[in-house]
Amino acid sequence: MNFQFTEEQLMIQQAARDYAQRELIKDVLERDEKALYPTEHVKNLAELGFLGMLVSEKWDGGGMDTVSYVLAMEEISKVDASASVIMSVNNSLVCYGLEKFGNDAQREKYLRPLARGKKIGAFLLSEPEAGSDATKQRTTAVDMGDYYLLNGTKNWITNGNTASTYLVIAHTHPEKGHRGINVFIVERHSEGITVGPHENKMGMRSSDTHSVMFNDVKVPKENRIGEDGFGFKFAMKTLEGGRIGIASQALGIASGALELATKYAKERKAFGTEIINHQAIAFKLADMAVKVENARNLCLKAAWLKDQGQAYGTASAMAKMYAADIAMEVTTEAVQIHGGYGYVKEYHVERLMREAKLTQIYEGTSEVQKIIISRSLME
Amino acid sequence: MKILVCLSNVPDTTTKIKLNGDQSALDMTGVQWVINPWDELALTRALDLKEKSEGKIDTITVITVGESLTEPTIRKALAVGADDAVRINLNPTDDYEVASNIAAWVKNNPYNIILTGIESSDYNGSAVGGMLAEFLKIPSVSSVSFLDMEGDKPLMKREIPGGTETIRVPMPFVAIVQKGIALDPRIPAMRGIMMARKKELTVVEPAGEGSKSTYIGFAMPKAKAKVKMIDAENAGQLITLLHEEAKVI
Repeated sequence: MNFQFTEEQLMIQQAARDYAQRELIKDVLERDEKALYPTEHVKNLAELGFLGMLVSEKWDGGGMDTVSYVLAMEEISKVDASASVIMSVNNSLVCYGLEKFGNDAQREKYLRPLARGKKIGAFLLSEPEAGSDATKQRTTAVDMGDYYLLNGTKNWITNGNTASTYLVIAHTHPEKGHRGINVFIVERHSEGITVGPHENKMGMRSSDTHSVMFNDVKVPKENRIGEDGFGFKFAMKTLEGGRIGIASQALGIASGALELATKYAKERKAFGTEIINHQAIAFKLADMAVKVENARNLCLKAAWLKDQGQAYGTASAMAKMYAADIAMEVTTEAVQIHGGYGYVKEYHVERLMREAKLTQIYEGTSEVQKIIISRSLME
Repeated sequence: MKILVCLSNVPDTTTKIKLNGDQSALDMTGVQWVINPWDELALTRALDLKEKSEGKIDTITVITVGESLTEPTIRKALAVGADDAVRINLNPTDDYEVASNIAAWVKNNPYNIILTGIESSDYNGSAVGGMLAEFLKIPSVSSVSFLDMEGDKPLMKREIPGGTETIRVPMPFVAIVQKGIALDPRIPAMRGIMMARKKELTVVEPAGEGSKSTYIGFAMPKAKAKVKMIDAENAGQLITLLHEEAKVI
């Protein structure tokens, strides 16, 4: 058993912390208020290598391990979960999916620019009537011989408008159930694609969420990833790793709220002393600290299993469920500790609370994680 | 052209300083180590100069006098872009020992420009740069807040009371730099962190002189007096308190 991070892992954690605390913090409130996409930050994060940090060096990525990724995601998410979800989707859904399951031609053409962060990717699974039950895909990809013809609508797509490369899940053989599903690489500006308006969200307001409509979009045959019918397996396998990203994001939101609440409690006075000296507040902080530490350990365990090449699907579901649920609890308490100040925007904790809510919903709700965890107990 | 940047390994600037039992030394347990902020700015400027020098500046070497615990901060310097590094394997106890040992290395490995921060944020001795130039018998310029190359001639500026001095000295020289020499220090990119692993970090045994001073003891500053906050709309109360409580007026 070794809880010691390597020199490199610590350097990555520090680099992420420096960027978040020095740069992201400057305009995070304004971007949240006005729902502005962090264009400059995405460029800077790409230059620093965060957008493709998990991709191997062979494909122009950072070649970093998943433990480093958890550390970086936590630090960025402490300050700005909108920036970290862009990083998470690009790294652990799109780049991972392409690197793990794509062929060399697909990697050469699409993965390389995504790993460098020159282009951004999006993962298109959810539909208006297929969320948690991902087998009920209505988007169709009809085999036309030389190409597939794509029709349907995808919902809640992170990076929906800014992405250049979409990974789209669609039904080719509805009669075969989930074995008839495929996944395709689709270029954002292909003819027949319409991107819906920016969703006006409760939190993570500066990430770019849209619905995307496909109307007779021609997708070249060579853009299908894997064998015919591989799409559902692709989605489930890719989401296993994606959960580590969102779990770490939830962890970061929670640990950011804990840091702010602790700082505030040491400064704010009531009844003649700093409020941290009141047991009502001190015990709240103690409970929050234990939850954050538990979430961190679950995230790192899932990441470590993935790095060791061991099965990590259940571990990442546990990390995602727990970290998201405690992020909600910890941010709520952080607002409570701040009192009235917690309810106004300048103190950040109300924003963290709004951001935390989404981590219980996207990339598999907490309830879906419980299905995954309980099924592993039935095996 | 070759630049040498001297790095001090210091406790993170937010570290809460503690003393050991008999107050003869600092208690370093649990301390996070970083590059001395002034040295980090010196390195940042050196990297900027190299990048715009169109190949005229060949290498930037960083040097630290310290034991193996200083290696993470040296690796960070390599990750942000220094080409190679030297560590003189010694836990120094004063500025003289640091300057003498760096000088011993530089005598056999000459550089055109040597940069040091104006002071280190731990002991704040402000002496290594000047001593180093003396040991090497080369010019030094202190409090440098601007350094640029005009062709192959370096140009420096330093703040003086009421104005700015512009200075040129022949190479090689030591520039002792202060705030203003560069903006924010660089954040290492993934690629840099990967490459830092492969860059050369030469460890040499000390060849300079030993320290000339002994620390007898340290004392913590007195705890700050409590601050009393007065509401802005109640400013008159300030006069009353200064008169009756602080008894200064």
